[in-house]
Parts: sequence; C-alpha cells; structure tokens
Amino acid sequence: MAAPTSTPVDLSTAMILAPPALGDWLVILPVALMIATGGLLMMIRKSVRLHAVIGLSALALLIVLDAALLWRVWQNGPITMTMGRWLPPFGISFTADIFGASMALASAIVALLASIFALKDISTTGLRHGFVAFLMLMMAGVSGAFLTGDIFNLYVWFEVLLISSFGLLILGSEPRQIEGALKYAILNLIATTLFLISVGYLYAIFGTLNMADIARKEAAIREGAPLVTLTALFVLAFGMKAAAFPVNFWLPASYHTPRITVSALFGGLLTKVGIYALIKVTVMLFPVEREAISLAIAVSAVLTMILGALGALAQNDLRRMIGYVVIVGIGNMLAGVAVGTPVAVGGAILYALHSIVAMTALYLMAGEVFRLSGSWQLSTLGGLWARSPWFAGVSFALMLAASGLPPLSGLWPKVVLLKASLDIGAWWLATAILVSAFIVTIALARVFLLAYWRPAITDDPMTGDPMASAGAVAAADWRTAAPLCLLTALVLFFGLFPEPLLQASQMAADGLADPRAYIRSVFPEAATP
Amino acid sequence: METLFVILIGLFFAAAIYLMLSKFTIRILLGIVLLGNGVNLLLFTAGRLTRQIPPIIPAGSDTLSIAAANPLPQALILTAIVISFSFFAFLLVLAYRAFEELGTDSTDEMRLAEPRDEPLPPTGY
Repeated sequence: MAAPTSTPVDLSTAMILAPPALGDWLVILPVALMIATGGLLMMIRKSVRLHAVIGLSALALLIVLDAALLWRVWQNGPITMTMGRWLPPFGISFTADIFGASMALASAIVALLASIFALKDISTTGLRHGFVAFLMLMMAGVSGAFLTGDIFNLYVWFEVLLISSFGLLILGSEPRQIEGALKYAILNLIATTLFLISVGYLYAIFGTLNMADIARKEAAIREGAPLVTLTALFVLAFGMKAAAFPVNFWLPASYHTPRITVSALFGGLLTKVGIYALIKVTVMLFPVEREAISLAIAVSAVLTMILGALGALAQNDLRRMIGYVVIVGIGNMLAGVAVGTPVAVGGAILYALHSIVAMTALYLMAGEVFRLSGSWQLSTLGGLWARSPWFAGVSFALMLAASGLPPLSGLWPKVVLLKASLDIGAWWLATAILVSAFIVTIALARVFLLAYWRPAITDDPMTGDPMASAGAVAAADWRTAAPLCLLTALVLFFGLFPEPLLQASQMAADGLADPRAYIRSVFPEAATP
Repeated sequence: METLFVILIGLFFAAAIYLMLSKFTIRILLGIVLLGNGVNLLLFTAGRLTRQIPPIIPAGSDTLSIAAANPLPQALILTAIVISFSFFAFLLVLAYRAFEELGTDSTDEMRLAEPRDEPLPPTGY
C-alpha cells in the first residue's frame, strides 16, 4: 500500500500540461475518423445499404480534415500532438509537415473518387464481405503512416494498412485472387519484418523512436555507430514496400487480380506509402548515410525504370501493363531519392503526388474499358472510340499524363527530376528517365491504337456480340464517368497550372533537408540540431 | 548471455531463410514464423538481458539503474507478437484456401494469375 505523499509532484517534468490548441487536433482526426468509421461499418456489416452512404460521407469528411490540416501546416509550419500528454520522446508523437499533409490529402481525394467508382464495380456480396470497412481501415493506415512522427508507430500503421489490404485483395475469393493474395501477403510480410529489424537496430543505437529526436541526435552519434548499415536495411525494407527492383516481383504478380477499384487504390496509394517512408527516413533522418549508398539507390532506380518500362511493353493484359507503369513511376521517385538534393527530393515528392492521382485514374480507366468491352486483353479489345468518344478523350489525356507528356501533370516532376540529375552530372540517370518515359509512351500509345482506334473485333460477323459489333455509342454511367472525369480534370489542371504543386513539393523537400522546424514543433524548448 | 542469444538468433534467421527459399507454401510460412520469432529475440536482446537487477527505481533517483533491462523493447515485442500472430493465422487460412482452390501447394505451379503461355500483345492490326 503506497502511503499518500505529502510533497506535491511536479508533473511538468513528465507531462504536457497545457491542453493542445484546437487546431492541433487535426493531426489525429483523420486517423481517428477512419478507425471509428471502420469499426462502425464492422458492427453494421449486414446493413449493406448504409455502407456506401457512411463510407462516402466519411471520405468526404476526411478530405475536409486533410485540407484543413494542410492549410494549417502551410500557415504555421509543422504541428505536433503527443499521445497521453507525455513529454516527447516518451509519448508517441503525431507530427504533420507539408510532405505528410499533402500526401494525406491526395490519398483522401483519390480514395473518395475510387469509392464512387466502386458503387458500380463492387457487388452487394463484396459490400457484405466488408469492402467499405476494409477501405476505411486501409485509409486509417495510410493516413497514420503519413502523419505519425514515431518510427515504431509507422511500423504499426504499415501493418494496419497491410492487413486491411489483404481483406480488399481477396474480396470475391476467386482462385486467382487467392493466388495473387498469397504472393502479395508473404512478400509484404517479409518486408515489414525487415522494417521491424531495422527499427530494433535503430532503437539499440539511438535509444529513441521519435523521428524528431533521432534527427537532432543523428549528427552526434554518426561517428561511432553503424548507421550506413542501418540506412541500407531501411532502404531495403521500404524499397520492397515501394516495389523497387530487385524486390518488386510481388506487384505484377498480384495487382491485377482483385476488383479493379481495389487495384486502383493499391496502385495509387500503397507503393507511395513505401516511397514516403523511404524519403522521410533517408532524407530527413540519415542524409549523410543516404549519400553513402546513393549509387546503389541510383542503380536500383535505373533498373526499376527500364525493366518496368520493358515489362509494360510486353503485357497483353491491360491491368498487368498498368502495374508495370506504376513500377516505372517508383523508379523515377527513387531517382529523386538517389540524387538527394532538395530540388531532386522535391521532384520525387511531386512525382508521388502526381502518381497517386494518375495511377488510380489509369486503373479506373482499365475498369471502364472492361465495362464497355468485356475484355482485359489487348489482343481482343477494339472499337472503344466508336463506343464512347468522351471516354476515349479522357483515356488519351490519362495516357499522356502517365507517360509524362505535356500538357498534363506527368510532365513537371520529370522535368524537375531531369534538371536535378543533370545538375549533379548524373547524365545516365537522366537518360534512364527519358528512355523509360519513351518506352512507356510507346506501350500506352499502343493501347490507344489497339483498344480505341482499331475497329471492334468479332469472331463471326453474323453472330458476333451485338454489344461490340454494333458500334453504338455506349451510355455513360455517372458512377464511373464522374471519378474518371474528375481525376482527369485534376491531372489537367495541375499540368496547366503546376505552380502551387511545385511550390508545395519544394517546401516539403526543404523541410526535410533542414528539419529544424520539424524538431522545434516536437521539442519547442530545444531547437538545437 | 548476449553472445548465446546472438548465436541463437543467427540460427533462427538461417533456418527461416532456408525455409523461405522453398517453393512449398507451408515451409515458407514456417520460415516466416521463425523469422518473426528471431526478430522478437533480437529486439529482446537489444534491450539488455539481465535478471539480477529488478526494474525498481531506487529512492532518491528519477530513473532506473543503468544496468536494469530496458522495458521499451519488451513493449515493442509485445506489439510485434500480436501483429505477427494474427498475420500468421490469416496466412495459414489463405494457404489452405489456396491449396483447396488451386490444388497445389507449390508456388511454381500457381500460375493462374500469371499464365506461362500468355501471348505477347499484337504488334499491329
């Protein structure tokens, strides 16, 4: 029995006594909202009709929250909230900077539009199996990963989004989905285990898991600790999550198996979470060590780009081809990490934001192709121009965006990355970016040629499928048309007016290169690096 | 004590990697379990192995004595055990369903999603 102490305890040495400002709650609200909605949907699993309404309103609210958070971060710099009011680094901190907040906003927008598409794509059975609930929990994991300031917490969010992505991946339980899910699950589990190993070593070296704390202690510890090894381990773990060569074979094996909406969400969001973590850890926490292994990252980037582009060229299945296009984008972002100057990192961040939108749109486009013609195979597709002229136009714009041609948003990150790699004399990196973009252009142009321009193929002109052979203009469905048009409008808008995005990504990169503002938001009293 | 544990962890990793290189799903899964446990032991060892010093803060001091075991890695392991256990349960069911649906547990023969004879796209029309 502890006797009551007579001396008053000074809590201010251990706890934050002032309540957080009302606006600071925005850091945690996106995650809280998604977890709460996910839990609610689990409880009302059988009332399928409510799922879409609740899910869509929650995602709309998520966009509002993320936008408010980004606006606040833009005005005031990084903001921090520490769980349980324990003083950092003892409490788990959530810290939002421009990088994390803008990625969270982009993923929320994409998630809302993809779930509008899902209204058409996901059957009632899929809803009853918990599509919306899994989507909410995956968004909780994605938002948590973007907003957390604690590296073990980042591991936990990776696991949250991974386990919900398993649920989404096997929605429908078709044999090929189970096969894809098995390969995806095993390789991603190994990747997160590698991440856990790195976290263990990190804690053994630093004695802290708070990113700001690591960033400010890093310079003092650098001499006597095996930090290059640690950074290499992190790069391997995150590279595997982000689908960098040579640990990316899980992506083309699995991303074409689930429902197309799920593919779209995965292609847009999950690999980008890996890239986000990679940029955050290598650029902000271990800049000197990143420089030491930058050649290895650059080689991996070049191989990811070139082999991804060649893979895209060799695919007959539209969805598998888009999977390889996603990989090419990862190679571009890795190139930015390898160069490592603030301009290059800004280019990589810009590419990530563009890729979230463009890759989701590309997968949804494939879904609409299947809805109109009933095939994924380039060898049998045809006549889509006649079937749906507006859709052909939208597809053309999306293909330009994905291959990085003006006037769409794919151009600007490539320009920034090219300039950054030429600035440090890495002409071969610049060549690889251009060559891979060229091959992707060929691959996508061929899709347009075969699926849209080519007249529809019918095996027998007399008894052929009347849908395909009639050449009648297909009716548009708002549930598929609206997300496609909005995503295309986004890539077109940011292709024509790239200034706000360029500025945001550059500010994000500067904040990573010089994390003093980030550290000050976690440790207000001691801003010493 | 640490040296012994390091050797043990090395054995865990070696066995895990050996098993994961197999093409049969059940061996891969056993490899993953061993890997997860190896990592847990690694975290455990990183937090100092000691049983002589109880984790009690002495009177007049604010912190544990420097030789006491660090409790935080043990909390990390607890989290990691829960997560890897649930993942393993999911993977076991998934592997069983894969065996039922695909009729094989060899990853070499799981080619439904990636058929060997997939044609190249047409070069023109």
